[in-house]
Amino acid sequence: MDEHLKTELRKQGIVATTLQELYNWGRKNSLWPLNFGLACCAIEMIAASMARYDMARFGAEVFRPSPRQADLMIVAGTVTKKMAPQVVRLYNQMAEPKYVISMGACAISGGPFKQGYNVLKGIDRYIPVDVYIPGCPPRPEALIDALMTLQKLIDKQSLTGADRPRHLQAEAPSEFIVPRFGAHDLEPPQNPEVWDAPLVNISLAGTDDAGKH
Amino acid sequence: MIAATEPVRILSKSPTDDGEGQFLEVSMGPQHPSTHGVFRMDVVLDGERIVKLKPVFGYLHRNHEKIAENETYLGSMPYTDRLDYFCSLTNNWAYALAVEKLAGIQVPERAEYIRIITAELTRFQNHAALIGFLTQDMGASGTPLMYAFRERETILDLFESLTGARMMCNYMRFGGCRVDLPAGWLDHAKQFAATLPRFLDEFERLLATNEILMARTQGVGVLSKEFAVNAGVTGPILRASGVNYDLRKVDKYGIYDRFAFKIPLGEHGDTYDRYMVRLLEMRESLNILNQALKDIPDGPIVDPKTKIRGFKPKPGEAYGRIEAPKGELGFYLISDGTPNPYRYRVRSSCMMNLTVLEELCIGRNVADVVVILGSIDIVMGEVDR
Ligand code: SF4
Repeated sequence: MDEHLKTELRKQGIVATTLQELYNWGRKNSLWPLNFGLACCAIEMIAASMARYDMARFGAEVFRPSPRQADLMIVAGTVTKKMAPQVVRLYNQMAEPKYVISMGACAISGGPFKQGYNVLKGIDRYIPVDVYIPGCPPRPEALIDALMTLQKLIDKQSLTGADRPRHLQAEAPSEFIVPRFGAHDLEPPQNPEVWDAPLVNISLAGTDDAGKH
Repeated sequence: MIAATEPVRILSKSPTDDGEGQFLEVSMGPQHPSTHGVFRMDVVLDGERIVKLKPVFGYLHRNHEKIAENETYLGSMPYTDRLDYFCSLTNNWAYALAVEKLAGIQVPERAEYIRIITAELTRFQNHAALIGFLTQDMGASGTPLMYAFRERETILDLFESLTGARMMCNYMRFGGCRVDLPAGWLDHAKQFAATLPRFLDEFERLLATNEILMARTQGVGVLSKEFAVNAGVTGPILRASGVNYDLRKVDKYGIYDRFAFKIPLGEHGDTYDRYMVRLLEMRESLNILNQALKDIPDGPIVDPKTKIRGFKPKPGEAYGRIEAPKGELGFYLISDGTPNPYRYRVRSSCMMNLTVLEELCIGRNVADVVVILGSIDIVMGEVDR
């Protein structure tokens, strides 16, 4: 509908909207996060929900202890290999539609502890992540920014068509493989359905940089 | 309340020989709002009563020690921030102290004062946040925690203007501190310190004589003097059991011998005493803070003779320890003359304090476990490292 007409109507006290807008408006303004902290970043997450930053302004202050009641999983902290199965299982237990914010360097890629033998190099190897927040730890403002980004993403979703969100596609998976401890590493080391190993060209031969390092 | 991620199961056989009836084995955590991080307790219940409690660690084992052994000495400093992420500055200090002992480095006076100021501010915000979390576990959802975080934010602002980061300060250096106090910082700090007594009164009035708090904490989780000493418990928990042991008085590291302050001691060793000791310690911290802010001299903030790049201490070993807000935090280092330590070990205060958990919980109800654990004050980053 024409935006101009809509504004005119609103002036007359008539609200015109589409089902899709209403649906997205409802979802984006009541994101209930899972009460779930992993490490240092979780403290900034708590700070974001306290009086000074007040995430409640964005409809995301109802931290639920049970995954069944939550829409948003904020992976705040280092995911170790011992914890990764639990994180994936919690994600599986959440009801659709569900979203994931990967908060902090550790949750994105292992962060400062990437070289550790027990640290998972990014939770996006096992579950799809909607928004990444860099930082160690990201400031509460960054978390709020991520939340607003997520709200914009939700707002853009269309209910029909090929690009409709996952929870409206009957055949799309809503549960993902829970990794197990193998002989050397988690098995599988990543879930190919959600994660593609980026191809890195490590050969320096023939480039100008060769030999400089 | 219990969001177990492991299946709950009925034990077919009783865990003790004389047990009768059925026992329920419940796994609390690792995703549990009261476990203060990713910590799991395997609890065996007889009705509501705890029969057995097995702590399960390691969900946040981030290989701190191993990484540090492959890092240069200075390169480990940012990692120490992430041990007990509430108190990065005291962690920095403990590590700096160990290296200074190892290499025989002197610290200028102004730097010592800055260290004490930041350490006491850290202690203050740690205890305030802890009390907030503890009362939240008891059902006072939000209010005390909000009050605590209000003060904490102001302290973090001070840290940020001094070090550039709110939580991960990475501020201490071997032989001093990284940067000098910015202009006007001392005045800000003094102004802030002047508002703290009011906050403390308010915070104390809010809770200390609250009937529910007293009912939930008095006589709960009693830790006897002997057991506490034998288990290697340190910090406010030990002092709540009535043992007068505070490294600030015992070791007098830094320049703590110049300050007049008291050590609050508990009598009963129960959860209420642990809560009260922290409340009183906040007052003493404020006391030290005021003295330090008044007396801080001018001068250099780092020993100019210390080499930062290519730092290689002579072969040897050293153990540096401080009274961190949660107890004795120590770093044990062995140098073999190379730029990175041969052995790097953290003596974690929370980990040692956590070992008495089962003793405190046996025979109590499930709801008490949450309170007892809250009063021990753990941070998984330091427990698991
Ligand atoms: S990104 Fe930094 S602050 Fe966040 S969990 Fe990792 S180490 Fe801690």
